[in-house]
Amino acid sequence: MSLLIKGGLVVDPSQRLEELRDLLVDKGKIVAVEPPGQIPDEGRQIISAPGLVVAPGLIDMHAHLREPGEEYKETIASGTQAALQGGFTGVAAMPNTKPVNDTAAVTRLILNQAKEAGKARVYPVGAVSVGSKGEALSEYGDLKAAGAVALTDDGHPVSSSMLMRRAMEYARTFDLPIISHCEDLELRADGVMHEGRISLQLGLKGIPGAAEEVMVYRDLTLAALTGARLHIAHVSTGGSVAIIRLAKAMGLPVTAESAPHYFSLTDAAVLGYDTNAKVNPPLRTDMDLASIKEALRDGTLDAIACDHAPHSSLEKEVEFTAAAFGLIGLETSLGLTLKLVHGGDLTLMQAIAALSTNPARILGVEGGALAVGAAADLTLIDLHREWTVDASAFASRSRNCPFHGWPLKGKAVMTIVGGKVVWEE
Amino acid sequence: MEFRRKDLLGIADLEPEEIRLILDTAASFKEISTRPIKKVPTLRGKTVVTMFYEPSTRTRMSFEIAAKRLSADTLNLTVAASSAVKGETLADTAHNLEAMAPDVLIIRHPTSGAPHYLAQRLKCGVINAGDGLHEHPTQALLDLLTVQEAKGTLSGLKVAIIGDIAHSRVARSNIYGFTKMGSQVTVAGPGTMLPPYLESLGATVTTSLLEAVSNADVIMMLRLQLERMGQMFLSTLREYSQFFGLAPRHLQLAKEDVIIMHPGPLNRGVEISPEVADGPHSLILEQVTNGVAVRMAVLYFLIGGEKG
Repeated sequence: MSLLIKGGLVVDPSQRLEELRDLLVDKGKIVAVEPPGQIPDEGRQIISAPGLVVAPGLIDMHAHLREPGEEYKETIASGTQAALQGGFTGVAAMPNTKPVNDTAAVTRLILNQAKEAGKARVYPVGAVSVGSKGEALSEYGDLKAAGAVALTDDGHPVSSSMLMRRAMEYARTFDLPIISHCEDLELRADGVMHEGRISLQLGLKGIPGAAEEVMVYRDLTLAALTGARLHIAHVSTGGSVAIIRLAKAMGLPVTAESAPHYFSLTDAAVLGYDTNAKVNPPLRTDMDLASIKEALRDGTLDAIACDHAPHSSLEKEVEFTAAAFGLIGLETSLGLTLKLVHGGDLTLMQAIAALSTNPARILGVEGGALAVGAAADLTLIDLHREWTVDASAFASRSRNCPFHGWPLKGKAVMTIVGGKVVWEE
Repeated sequence: MEFRRKDLLGIADLEPEEIRLILDTAASFKEISTRPIKKVPTLRGKTVVTMFYEPSTRTRMSFEIAAKRLSADTLNLTVAASSAVKGETLADTAHNLEAMAPDVLIIRHPTSGAPHYLAQRLKCGVINAGDGLHEHPTQALLDLLTVQEAKGTLSGLKVAIIGDIAHSRVARSNIYGFTKMGSQVTVAGPGTMLPPYLESLGATVTTSLLEAVSNADVIMMLRLQLERMGQMFLSTLREYSQFFGLAPRHLQLAKEDVIIMHPGPLNRGVEISPEVADGPHSLILEQVTNGVAVRMAVLYFLIGGEKG
């Protein structure tokens, strides 16, 4: 039976549409988008959406689903359920699993598990190097044929500039973007938080902003050299923003993302040695936070991706220095982004673009648009719904969320994947 | 003024009045250590556990002597003999110890924040005996007591702290302590050992030893950890001692009655020349004596008195 979503505010950045529209879905596709009341009800399942935003399904382009290998932290089933409840109809799965997703076999396993779970779509990201060891190129052609949409050594950044050059050149062969986790491991050394006033106060070793920025510059200049499609992951500093802005002004086809925690928290969140605020790149300063917001507004940053990084109490209920880096975000990302909308930092259209249209474009996957013929991946959002973050109620298997107890305004209330309502509140 | 804390985790948390109270009490406890029978019954029936995850002679002994002079029972857990080598977590070790009902845990740990981690989870008191690069509050308290005794005041003094500020919990605690009590702290060292934003702790920062010691009332030399050599923090020991080692000629720049301190153990001939370490301005051994008194006072406030 076809599905008619009536009376919602349809927001589609791909066609700069923000109007009341009725939307008809059939056989997994959008078949009509019309002004309210023009599509007859008869014989259709009706979803009444007045007061709701109807957006193209949100896509988180940077998540760690932990399967295979660390299922005690997250599985593809639990992670994609968390995605649905956060409003995401698709997630890109980072390759630092055990084993690393550096082969078609692991990529296929991930896609099979996702299919079996039947929740959000999963877009596997393959490893730049074998085992993400930074030594030899993995099989990009095979990875792509199996379904990988991009390449990264996220979490084990490529230290060798020559390997990064070759990776970019080889990735071009298969038209795959390289997602770079920019971090100079020597400058990071054994740092555990942002190097600044707070790290000094707490006696914790710092990770300077420069550890990120020198690698952002390296990768930009290598992208200019090779013509590769480069996407900079989890930008955390004002310095990185400035270099990316310059590169874009010079016409380099680079894209970049930041995460909600970089525009919602600063290094002050670490006070009291809260391991849920231990993340890499680290939470930075007020000035960095302001730069990230500005860059989302002016388009220097294309996407918001939460870097969902589940860890159990084994990794987090320990001394700060011993704790793992990372926090979970799939179930708070939209709410934190809407805070920027309510605060006047972003328009609703910009927010949806950063959470859906742009990630789809960067990864080259379907979705991100509500045009006739597009896949019927949809997120229905109640912009004014007030709620309190309760990590204990998350669908994720992990609880490492620094936003527990935060009051937020705006929330997904229904997610539709391929024309099927897969989650509703 | 009362001292109503469960834990002593850092000088940054303390009010000046609390510091004053500990120092006054420590001064009165000093006399006990001069008696023929160096023991009072104040903490009889109390159990004090020390957990040292880093090597230490002086601090651990000082705490143990302090506890014994107050008649507490003491138990020392050293890391090699503990469950840490069997993979037990810090929290589990501490909960197991707590199940044996000690009154206070004294912990030294290489991780900044480890004492805070325990304090949040345990009902008994926790004393920080040095955590990572963060704080070493009883060291600062004994330094304050030493200066107070020598100068008769803690306000209006110029205190120079020289050496590897970046890796020194003693420096952090002392910057907080002396600043809170109304003195002015100048820190000096090579640029590699002066972390950014030091000024935000309230200190004046210089790369010149000469500038730091000029007109100083107190000069505190920090121990140079020799393993820093391999980590690009300095060039050679020879150059370090030439530019940042305290020698007799430097004392002429300081106040006439300048006092010289060092938390120990000394690298003689590196950060301090033997002539200065053993000279008439040196209070290095007095610091050790005061360490016992200050720790007696801290134990008394945490587990003695009307709270106990």
